[in-house]
Amino acid sequence: MGDVLVFAEHRGGHFPKTTLIAVNAGLEMARKRGGHCIAVLSGEGAPAAAAEIAKYGPSKVIVLDHPKLAHYLADAAAQALADLVKKTGAETVLATATAVGKDLMPRLAARLGAPMASEIIAINDDGTMVRPMYAGNALATIELDGPVRVVTVRGTAFDAAKPADSAAPVETVAPELDAAALKMEFVGFNEIKSDRPQLTEARIVVSGGRGLKSGDNFKTVLEPLVDEMGAAMGASRAAVDAGFVPNDLQVGQTGKVVAPELYVAVGISGAIQHLAGMKDSKTIVAINKDEEAPIFGVADYGLVADLFKAVPEMVEEVKKLKH
Amino acid sequence: MKILVPVKRVPDPATTIRVMPDGSGIATDNVKWVINPFDEIAIEEALRIKEKQGSGEVVLISVGQTAWQEQLRTGLAMGADRAILIKADHPLDTLAIARAIAKVASDEKPELVIIGKQAIDDDSNQIGQMLAEMLGWPQATFASKVELAGEKCTVVREVDGGLETIAFPMPAVITTDLRLNEPRYASLPGIMKARKKPLNEIAVDSLGVELAPKLKIKTLNAPEKRQAGRKVASVEELVQVLHTEAKVI
Ligand SMILES: Cc1cc2nc3c(=O)[nH]c(=O)nc-3n(C[C@H](O)[C@H](O)[C@H](O)COP(=O)(O)OP(=O)(O)OC[C@H]3O[C@@H](n4cnc5c(N)ncnc54)[C@H](O)[C@@H]3O)c2cc1C
Ligand SMILES: Nc1ncnc2c1ncn2[C@@H]1O[C@H](COP(=O)(O)O)[C@@H](O)[C@H]1O
Repeated sequence: MGDVLVFAEHRGGHFPKTTLIAVNAGLEMARKRGGHCIAVLSGEGAPAAAAEIAKYGPSKVIVLDHPKLAHYLADAAAQALADLVKKTGAETVLATATAVGKDLMPRLAARLGAPMASEIIAINDDGTMVRPMYAGNALATIELDGPVRVVTVRGTAFDAAKPADSAAPVETVAPELDAAALKMEFVGFNEIKSDRPQLTEARIVVSGGRGLKSGDNFKTVLEPLVDEMGAAMGASRAAVDAGFVPNDLQVGQTGKVVAPELYVAVGISGAIQHLAGMKDSKTIVAINKDEEAPIFGVADYGLVADLFKAVPEMVEEVKKLKH
Repeated sequence: MKILVPVKRVPDPATTIRVMPDGSGIATDNVKWVINPFDEIAIEEALRIKEKQGSGEVVLISVGQTAWQEQLRTGLAMGADRAILIKADHPLDTLAIARAIAKVASDEKPELVIIGKQAIDDDSNQIGQMLAEMLGWPQATFASKVELAGEKCTVVREVDGGLETIAFPMPAVITTDLRLNEPRYASLPGIMKARKKPLNEIAVDSLGVELAPKLKIKTLNAPEKRQAGRKVASVEELVQVLHTEAKVI
């Protein structure tokens, strides 16, 4: 039977939208493989998160309980999940391609000797899957052979799971771990706190590029627009590399992939690596002073203008709309 | 200390990639081949560790075809000491490549493997993590800072929502993110020296590892192209169309 284990990521009992996306993709995979979708959680706060995730449609929820799993680390998590795959006989292990999903799933695949598909965007009825390659310039239809396979899904390609009529049962499993082989140690997490919506969850994303010229300008010029629109803030690699904004905001091939209803690119040229992270947005706006900038090639609405003049004007115009 | 750095040959990131009409692959005429950018960062980090310690060896490894010698020579010109080319003339999947590198790593016994987080052609982001598991070593993915003290290694990682710090004993695998360092260019004397550095070739079939691909690419298609829209004349018009036409604000 084609059972699917979904790794349900959470932080201290709260899960991001990406976890509901994993559950939904897991449900679709299970349906197409004739199996059940089982959500798996571990770490501090897992029982609370498990009770919540149980309401979103999985057949069962499993909490992996072991002192070595209190804080997520790849070596322990891979051992625990591999043990669970053996115990359940699951065919697919699936997670969203978040930082944790990307860190953990290949390690798990190696432990299981299973092939892995990264960041799939579609599950076909014949068992094949589709994934982008070459910064999204090619879409590969792929097949994974063998009794077990590992998959991460691209968050923008699947909807979030919706609450179901009833809650699934929650079970606690104590995995067998080879503790002597666990050598990784968590030291600390320097969280970037923000009151704004999450980049991967927001309905509107306003991103700035090298054209902003400084971190101060991000604050004084771009942030008022971000906040007036109730948007999440994003950035190009160039803006992150220059230290204007934290790395967590990078949109692109090697950063985050987003597909909001509205994406506003300000002072971003539109390199292929940036487009890879935002070109599936519903509506794209570009503000750039260079009318030849490649970003205009994907923008629904382009404004050729100096951003230092246009952005403050836009703040005023958006304000007017609200009255 | 000995550091092993895997190197992949990929199309220059500035190249426009075109899919072949028959879906069999990408068009490779006019493609300029380079070292995967994340692997350049890995080489740079390895060289800095060696320079700081005043001794050690940086060994490059590729699993690929004869043409990959070109990228290995570039890495040697940056300052690596020697290179190993595992010759494979048939396509391998990530598991098989990781197995081949793991086999060589278990013979070479480096203290660290520093490897790119992602190959910019297949965008898999898998091999470093697979390698760590196959060797039974700790892993630190998406590294933006690496600190060594004795047997211990501390790494700052770029993760969702901030920066995470983890620590572990070596040997270990570290995967590089963009902010770890800025790779140097190969100097002219470096290029001259690189010609004489050892570059050994081993046939992949002689390693005795399982190679049969479990991940198969059936076809490659070009994605639907997004149509460019139109230019607006003013901020006022922009906000109006977003409100009345696109209905997004
Ligand atoms: C391995 C690798 C991975 C990468 N991954 C990513 C990634 O994930 N995400 C990403 O974004 N990039 C990535 N890049 C980098 C990418 O190739 C580009 O270099 C980068 O996106 C450029 O950022 P930018 O558009 O902000 O800067 P630039 O290309 O310098 O563009 C700045 C733009 O601002 C405009 N401008 C300047 N002043 C003004 C003004 N006053 N008013 C209006 N417009 C103005 C200019 O006309 C220009 O178009 C990667 C590159 C490599 C090699
Ligand atoms: N054929 C190969 N030979 C050597 N190293 C490779 C090869 N393929 C991938 N790598 C390494 O693995 C890293 C991650 O690649 P990937 O998992 O394919 O995204 C790259 O940055 C390379 O350092």
